[in-house]
Amino acid sequence: MSVMVVRKKVTRKWEKLPGRNTFCCDGRVMMARQKGIFYLTLFLILGTCTLFFAFECRYLAVQLSPAIPVFAAMLFLFSMATLLRTSFSDPGVIPRALPDEAAFIEMEIEATNGAVPQGQRPPPRIKNFQINNQIVKLKYCYTCKIFRPPRASHCSICDNCVERFDHHCPWVGNCVGKRNYRYFYLFILSLSLLTIYVFAFNIVYVALKSLKIGFLETLKETPGTVLEVLICFFTLWSVVGLTGFHTFLVALNQTTNEDIKGSWTGKNRVQNPYSHGNIVKNCCEVLCGPLPPSVLDRRGILPLEENGSRPPSTQETSSSLLPQSPASTEHLNSNEMPEDSSAPEEMPPPEPPEPPQETPEAEK
Amino acid sequence: MATEVHNLQELRRSASLATKVFIQRDYSDGTICQFQTKFPPELDSRIERQLFEETVKTLNGFYAEAEKIGGSSYLEGCLACATAYFIFLCTETHYEKVLKKISRYIQEQNEKVFAPRGLLLTDPVERGMRVIEIAIYEDRCSSGSSSSGSSSGSGSSSAGGGGAGAR
Repeated sequence: MSVMVVRKKVTRKWEKLPGRNTFCCDGRVMMARQKGIFYLTLFLILGTCTLFFAFECRYLAVQLSPAIPVFAAMLFLFSMATLLRTSFSDPGVIPRALPDEAAFIEMEIEATNGAVPQGQRPPPRIKNFQINNQIVKLKYCYTCKIFRPPRASHCSICDNCVERFDHHCPWVGNCVGKRNYRYFYLFILSLSLLTIYVFAFNIVYVALKSLKIGFLETLKETPGTVLEVLICFFTLWSVVGLTGFHTFLVALNQTTNEDIKGSWTGKNRVQNPYSHGNIVKNCCEVLCGPLPPSVLDRRGILPLEENGSRPPSTQETSSSLLPQSPASTEHLNSNEMPEDSSAPEEMPPPEPPEPPQETPEAEK
Repeated sequence: MATEVHNLQELRRSASLATKVFIQRDYSDGTICQFQTKFPPELDSRIERQLFEETVKTLNGFYAEAEKIGGSSYLEGCLACATAYFIFLCTETHYEKVLKKISRYIQEQNEKVFAPRGLLLTDPVERGMRVIEIAIYEDRCSSGSSSSGSSSGSGSSSAGGGGAGAR
């Protein structure tokens, strides 16, 4: 059999994914559609840190210790890495049900609830499960046509169901869910520390220099200091507060979504069945627990419709062993493991102490 | 191996898809990935209950191993954090390694157990870890791959119609 090498563009699965996400770097990067506030975050972090390294650090490294810019650089790099990791990774999106599966679930629902007469509103689709001796309700998602796993929620901004949905954060330009919550937490933690660090050393710089040339002269010489102090001051209140709030959530193994809806509080509500009852254990599980890979398979290749040969790809493994069902439109070709966002992360050099505000999304 | 691949391809050519069964997740232990071991009635005439349950239990065991919270997973998490997660650019996580094992296991089970019975298991990872999809094929020709029953009771339902009555 002769193989024609046809130079055709390969269609990857991310190009056909439903939902309102944007993808970059050929599917390696996944974000929400609105990225404006994320760029602002980057600009503020980079801008403030650039000013700090350019002006204050030079003076302080000489006058006090060269360790000052070193620590600042480490904090800056860590917070940038975690920010990019939070923004660019799949938060734990649950792919929508394929038609066969959706039909199967519909049948099950009808069998349980009975047929609904025309014109009448169907009853809400809820399944009850018992988890650790507590009854937990699973809701049916009409968009994704699945019963949402416990703790999952549908983000209306991204139009996806996300596992362990925390909130949609416009400051990082992505949802925060099971797969990127730890990066988000480490980002706000390191950003808090960085903000406090920059703020403190700005004050030290102004104090030291004022002793030599006076307060007004100092400000005239490095006007950036005023800007940095202002930004840090306002950021401190929001980011540090947010870090405290999320530390509380992590200790109790709760999500922002659950906290806001009051899922586990109140007299007649069930207790949180996911908490281990031990703060250390909860923290360890949320921050250091096993990290499931993305199930979206963004970089998998969709099969070509034409009869021509497919350009050889290293990403398909044993695809010939999986027969394609003639009746369905599924694509069973790529059997590769879903890639994590192990994308080459660009590290732009900005630093904005940003107050990430949360927009919890009401689930459908 | 070549003959087993040949068998699966033969299955595709000679059989038509009768219906699909979806094994749902079992959330009774929390959010960890486990599948229900309840035997679906559609598979009654196609495979022994014990074989099916063994497959699902093995898969559940694999997933439990992947999601196990313990010393090694903490170490991996802490090491990754210390390297600002750059280490994941070079290595695979423990979870990914177990998923590869699961994929190999499912392939093996398909070749040895399910395909000879006209069934095909789909890796749950391809369905978003929501379901284990089992496709039930019906032999079109008698010289097809060895299937225990050539035309089963579910032959009356066409693909997509589902087996409402069969349930």
